[in-house]
Amino acid sequence: MALNFFDQFLSPTHLGIPLVLIAMIFPWVLYPSPSNRWLNNRLVTLQGQFFNRFTQQLLLPLNQGGHKWALILLSLMVFLLSINMLGMLPYTFTPTTQLSLNMGFAVPFWLATVIIGMRNQPTAALGHLLPEGTPVPLIPVLIIIETISLFIRPIALGVRLTANLTAGHLLIQLIAT
Amino acid sequence: MADRPVPLAERRLMDVKLAELPNWLGKRDFTPNGLIRSVRGGYDRYFNKYINVKKGGIGGIAMLLVGYIALSYAWEYDHIKHDRWRKYH
Repeated sequence: MALNFFDQFLSPTHLGIPLVLIAMIFPWVLYPSPSNRWLNNRLVTLQGQFFNRFTQQLLLPLNQGGHKWALILLSLMVFLLSINMLGMLPYTFTPTTQLSLNMGFAVPFWLATVIIGMRNQPTAALGHLLPEGTPVPLIPVLIIIETISLFIRPIALGVRLTANLTAGHLLIQLIAT
Repeated sequence: MADRPVPLAERRLMDVKLAELPNWLGKRDFTPNGLIRSVRGGYDRYFNKYINVKKGGIGGIAMLLVGYIALSYAWEYDHIKHDRWRKYH
């Protein structure tokens, strides 16, 4: 029945420990902290190269001030990447299929960027609400539209991640039966 | 190899006789610090044996992943066992 397809997204509890807790802590095991030796083991070396390349690509469009965000962005992305990839293994549980987790990521991040932008340079932050080169009659409408899009952004981001992962898992299960 | 006898509390699990197992379990350190120390020690032993070697292969990570799959299966068994002989899923 169609109802059973969504049962895979429940978080089972066993001995009082929910599986979501294990699923969120397990990626920590896969990334050992590199020692300050000159030659590390292969796993740490490969991960270091991957993270370096990833951060370099991430920070390309940002100026010097944006580099402060490198650590938080990298850790968030690697966390989500590993959780989603681990969800591909059989019988595992993917925490990002739960809307609560994704909104818990989306809203604080979005709010932090907006508030920091408003505090550091309020005119530029407000100026983002109006794209350059808009015709004068359109200005009021566009400001309203841009404000709405600003506030919808966390909901869009959170729901997008949830929907993508849920749809993917559901599709896999539909094809398999 | 008859060295001097080691006290029960300090022996490793493989050196404990079956009859002494309850006593050994009673002497282990189950405080939060002790639990953290044992988890950390287990992780360090695994890491240094299989991953932190000069030419480590995929086995180190593969064993971790297979263990994770087994753990997830065990956690979800009560839910999955209904799917075994079901005709329509």
